Amino acid sequence: MDLLYKVFVDPFVQMGAAPDLLVQTLWDGLVGGVLYALIALGFVLIFKASGVFNFAQGIMVVFAALTLVGLHEHGVPAFVALGLTVVVMFVLAYGVERLMLRPLVNQPDTILFMATFGLTYFLIGFGQLVFGGNPKVMITKDLLLPSGAVEFKGLGGFVSLQKIDIAAVIIASVMVAVLAVFFQRTRIGRALRAVADSHQAALSVGISLEQIWVIVWFAAGVVALATGIMWGARSEVSFSLQIIALKALPVLILGGLTSIPGAIVGGLIIGIGEKLGEFYWGPLLGGGIESWLAYVIALGFLVFRPQGLFGERIIERI
Amino acid sequence: MLYREAGQYKTSYAADMAVFPILQDRIGIAAILFVAFVVIPLAGNDFLINAVMIPFLIFALATIGLNLLTGYTGLLSLGTGAFMGVGAYACFKLTTSFPQVNVIVWILASGLFSAAVGVLFGLPSLRIKGFYLAVATLAAQFFLEWCFIRIPWLTNYSVSGSIEVPLRTLAGIPVTGPTATPVTRYLFVLAIVVVMTWIASNLVHGRIGRMWMAVRDMDIAAELIGIRLLRTKLLAFAVSSFYCGVAGAMMVFLWYGGAEADVFAIDQSFLVLFMVIIGGLGTLIGSFFGAALIYILPIALRAIPEAFGLPLRPATAEQLTFVIVGVMIIVFLVVEPNGLARLWQIGKQKLRVWPFPY
Repeated sequence: MDLLYKVFVDPFVQMGAAPDLLVQTLWDGLVGGVLYALIALGFVLIFKASGVFNFAQGIMVVFAALTLVGLHEHGVPAFVALGLTVVVMFVLAYGVERLMLRPLVNQPDTILFMATFGLTYFLIGFGQLVFGGNPKVMITKDLLLPSGAVEFKGLGGFVSLQKIDIAAVIIASVMVAVLAVFFQRTRIGRALRAVADSHQAALSVGISLEQIWVIVWFAAGVVALATGIMWGARSEVSFSLQIIALKALPVLILGGLTSIPGAIVGGLIIGIGEKLGEFYWGPLLGGGIESWLAYVIALGFLVFRPQGLFGERIIERI
Repeated sequence: MLYREAGQYKTSYAADMAVFPILQDRIGIAAILFVAFVVIPLAGNDFLINAVMIPFLIFALATIGLNLLTGYTGLLSLGTGAFMGVGAYACFKLTTSFPQVNVIVWILASGLFSAAVGVLFGLPSLRIKGFYLAVATLAAQFFLEWCFIRIPWLTNYSVSGSIEVPLRTLAGIPVTGPTATPVTRYLFVLAIVVVMTWIASNLVHGRIGRMWMAVRDMDIAAELIGIRLLRTKLLAFAVSSFYCGVAGAMMVFLWYGGAEADVFAIDQSFLVLFMVIIGGLGTLIGSFFGAALIYILPIALRAIPEAFGLPLRPATAEQLTFVIVGVMIIVFLVVEPNGLARLWQIGKQKLRVWPFPY
C-alpha cells in the first residue's frame, strides 16, 4: 500500500507542489530530447536512402565536433574551421560510399550494419590519432553562440533556461524545417524519396544510387556536425559522447526507423520521459535509472506497435 | 594430396550424416584436441595460456552462444555482455552461499540463471524483429548493468562494488582464486568448452537446430509447417544465454579472478557480435575462428612494433589498433561477407581437388 502510494501518488503530489521544478524538468527533458532527435535524424536519413543502420552516427558526431575544435586550436578562424569541417564531412561521405557501400551493395542488412561498426572503430582510432584522446572545450564564443542563463520568475519559484539550450532548440527546429523542405521541394529530395521507396524502381528511372548515397551520408554528416556543436557546448567534446549516441537508438525505434517526424516525436518522448522518470521515480529505485529507462520506454511502446509510432506497417508474405 | 575422400564408403545413413564424415577431418580434430589438452599445458608458457588461450576459449564459448541465437535462429541480440554478467554474478552468489559444493558445478549451474533472464528478455522477440529487437535487447543490457552496480546484495555488500573470486579446490588442487595455476584453469576451461561445443553441435544438427534454422529463414513459413514460434524462439534465447552465462562465469572465475560491473558493459556485447559475424553466421567452427581473429589480432598488432624495435607510445599503439581493426572489419566484410568459416570451406574444397583447379 505504502509502495503503491509512493509510485502512483507521491510523484504527482510533488509535481503539483513545485510547478517550477516540474517545468524545469520538462525543459531539460525537451532539450535532451531535441538533441537525441538530431542524432536519430542522422540515422533516419541514411536508413531511408540506403537501408543501412548506421551505427557510426554517434562517432560521426564526435568526429565532426573534434575536427571543428581541432582546426580552431591550430589557429584557423572559427567560421573557416566550420566550413573546412563541412568539407571533411563531405570527404568522409564520399570515402564511405566509394570504399564501403559500393563493394557491399546487395549484401544482407546485418553485414552492412557490421561494416558501420568497422567505420566506428576506424573513426575512433583515427580521431584519437589526429586530435588526441583528451576532452576538448567547444568553441562556443567564437561561433557566436550565446552562453549564460535566462531566469523566469513565477510558478512559486523560478525556472532557469540556459541560452545555449534555447539556441539548440532553435537551430534544431530550423534544421528539421530545412531538411523537410529539401525532401519535399527539391529535385534531389524527390530522388532521395524515390530511392527510399524502391532502389530498383529508382535505378530504372535513371537516378544514380551512388550519388544519392554520397548526398545522404553528407547530409547525415552535417546533421552530426550540428549535433556535435550543441552537445559539445552543453558538456564537452569527448569520445564518451558516443555512448550518449546509443540513446538515439530507442528514439529511433520508438519513432519508426523510416520516419523523420517519428525521430523528432520519439526524441521528445524519450527525452522528457527519461528526465521525469529519473527526477520523480528514480529515487524509489536508488537513482541512476536514466541509463536504461529510455530503452524500457521504447520496449513498452514496441510491444504494442512493433513498427514504431510512425513506421510503415510491416506486411509479411510467404 | 592427403586431403582426399576417395575410397571412404559410407555404409549407413548415420555414417553419412556424421559431423566429421571424412577420415582426415577426424584425424585433424583428434590432433587439435591432443595439442590443446597435452602439448599446450606441457609446453606453453604462462603468457600463452593466461593471456591467449584462456580468453580465446572463453570468448569462443560466448560466441557459440550468440551464434545459436543470431546465426541459427536469426534473432539479433546486443545483450550478450549482460547475460555473461548474470552468469558471473550468479556463480559468485552461489559459491559464496554454498561453498561446500564444487565450484565447477556452480559455474555450470549459473548458466541456468542466465537462461532464465534470457527467456524473460526474449519474450518481446515474438512481436519485434530485426533491428527493433536488437534495440530491445539493449534494454536488457543497460538494465542488467544497472542492477550489477545498484544491488549491493549481488556483490555480498562489498565496499568496492566488485566481486573477488574465492579460493575453491577440487580434490585438493586449487581451481579458482589467486593460488590456482594457469594450467589447471586452462584445462578446466578447455574441458567445459569442448563438452559444450559438442552439445551445441548435436543441438544444431538435430531436430531443434532445424527448427531454429526454419525460424531464421522465415518465421511465418515455419509457423505454418507446425513449429511453435514461442517455444522455439524462447528455447534459442535460453540456450544462448546459458552458453553466455557459463562463459561469463568462467571469465570471472577462471580468467580475471575478480570483476566489476563494467566488465560486462555494452562493449563486450559488441565484441562478441563481431566475433560471430567475422567468424561466420550459423557456423560453430566460425565461432572459434572469429574469437581467435578478433581477440588475438590486437595482441599481435601490439607485439609487431616491439618485434621490429619501433618505439611506439602505448596510446598511439592503442589508437592504431583501433584504426587497423576497423579497416580489417570492413575489408573482411567486402572480401568475404559470409565470414571466415566460408573461407575455410573454400580452402578445404580447393584442397580436395588439388593440384587440379576443379
